[in-house]
Formats: sequence, structure tokens, C-alpha cells
Amino acid sequence: MLDREYLLVVAGMGLVTYAPRWLPLFFLSQRQMPQWLVEWLDMIPVAILCALIFPDLFISGEPRHFALFQAKSLAALPTLAFALKTRSLGGTVVLGMLLYWLLEKFVS
Amino acid sequence: MTETWKGIWVDGCKAAWPICMGYVPIGLAFGVLAQKAGLQPWQIGMMSLFVFAGSSQFIAVSMLSSGASVAAIAMTTLVVNLRHFLMSSSLAVHLQGSSWKFLTAFAYGVTDESFAVNMAKFRSEEWGKERALVVNQTANAAWVLSTVIGGYGGEFIPAGSFGIDYALSAMFLALVVFQLRGRIYVMTGLAAGVLAVILALLLPGNSYVVIASLLAATFGFWLRRYARGRKAIHA
Repeated sequence: MLDREYLLVVAGMGLVTYAPRWLPLFFLSQRQMPQWLVEWLDMIPVAILCALIFPDLFISGEPRHFALFQAKSLAALPTLAFALKTRSLGGTVVLGMLLYWLLEKFVS
Repeated sequence: MTETWKGIWVDGCKAAWPICMGYVPIGLAFGVLAQKAGLQPWQIGMMSLFVFAGSSQFIAVSMLSSGASVAAIAMTTLVVNLRHFLMSSSLAVHLQGSSWKFLTAFAYGVTDESFAVNMAKFRSEEWGKERALVVNQTANAAWVLSTVIGGYGGEFIPAGSFGIDYALSAMFLALVVFQLRGRIYVMTGLAAGVLAVILALLLPGNSYVVIASLLAATFGFWLRRYARGRKAIHA
């Protein structure tokens, strides 16, 4: 592979990944935001997290298909219950890994 | 919490370890793939350092091996990472009045994972922007290192050991729980999740993340306004 072309690829990718991270941080933190924007942004974290995790749990394969019951989703319910009960991030991660590992091993 | 640098580092690393653990298998896998596509370990490390975006890097390597142009790779990367625009907007609420130098360093480490951890921390306890920066940089170091190790021959580490592939999924599950501070948040999350699944089945790529988040956040916003309006009438 051409070294120069690779440098260009990395530089281009670096630029387009940095811009969406930097622009809002820079412009929104310099002035007082209107109340409606703060309230709307308050809804963004839970929305993004769920938009990331639901497809991760319930969709599998390429091409994608819906899979309600698979190791990832089956491990999710007890993991979620544990998180709700204990509110422990570390414990939830360890339990989730253990459950998934067992499910992968014995179920599928 | 102590405000010494040591204390800040310890707190930041404590918060970052699930991210690091989750990054290791993905980073190793990326390194192995990139090496098979003909990249040297230093080239792999350079991409991880300058780009720091897991899924885009996978896509870029497969596009490189199929001979795609620089412009095509950059465009695809931009589209895949547009969701960070939303995350940074949301993080800005907690970083009011920071210096441009700090923001420039901070922006570099905004990822799905560091965003999720930092937003939970900013809300639930006394969390400073310095600790948040440590989370970003620690996660980045783990990513760069594991991709380079993968490039040196990560195939010797068996895939799927001890359920480590589930580390990030479990972390997100716990972090979602921390965000559920009332019925409106639960409904917003459910709307986002269901929409995302439907859109992911209909649309190619990962545009479903941004579209579902925007729609669900707007839904939650109006829901809260509506609930507040009703309360005002009945009060």
C-alpha cells in the first residue's frame, strides 16, 4: 500500500472525526444556552444509549435480521435487573460477561 | 473528593476500566484485520491515535483493501461519526466556560463509551471536567495499545474468552439505568430503542442511531412540556 496515500486517509479521517466532536463543544460551551435547548439536550443521553443498545441486543447477522432471543438479549434481562438493584457499574459488567459467556457456551 | 492530581487520576481510571476492558477484544480484532489488509503496526497505531473511532476504522480498512478513494473513505467516516455531534452538544451543558485548550483536548476523546460514562458521572456525583478528561484519555490509550498489539499478532489470543465481548453491552445497560430518572426518561429510551431497531432493519449503515436519537429526544422533550402544562392547569 502506498504510504503517502495512507497518510492522506488517516489525515482525512482524523479531520472528519474530530470536527463533529469539537464544533458543538466549542460553540455551545461559550455562551448561555436557551432553556429549551438545555431541556432538549437533557433527553439526548438516554435516547442515544437506547438507540445504541437495542439494536446491539436484538439484531444480529449480516444482512441484519431481528432476533428477539439470542445470547446477547437473554443475558441482558438479568444484567439489567442487577444494575437496577445494585446501581454498580463494575458488578454489572462482570455479571453480564459471566452470563453471556455461559449462554454462549451452553445454549447456542 | 480530593482535588489533587493523583485523586483525579485514580477516580478517572476507576470510571474508565469497563471501557478499557471492552476495547481490548475489539482493538485486538481490528489490529489483526488491519495487519491482514497489509498495514504495519505503526500505521495501525497512527490511525487509532488520529481517528479514534472503532467502527469507522473497521470500515476504512475494508474500504482500503477494496481500493476505495481517500474522499470516499473520509465521507463514510464522517457519516458514521455524526452521532458524536449530538454527544458533544449534550456534554457542552456540563463544560460551560471551559477554555478552548481544554475543549480541544476533551473533544478528541468523545466516544459512545466515554460519553455514556461521563454523562452518568456528571449527573450522579461530584464529577469534574478533569476526571472526565482522564476517562477519555485512558480509554484512548487502551484503544491505541490493543489495536497495535493486535497488529503484532493478536490472533494468538482466543476470541470470546470469558464473555469479554459482552463488556461494553453490559456497561451500556448499567449506564442506561443511571439515566432513567423518571417515567419520561423511560419512555424516551423505549421510543429510541424501538425506533432504532426498526430503522436499523430498514436503513443501511448506522444512520439509525442519529435519526432515532433525534426523534426520541424531541418526543421526550414535548412529553415533558405537555406533562408540565397539565400540572400547571391542575395546580
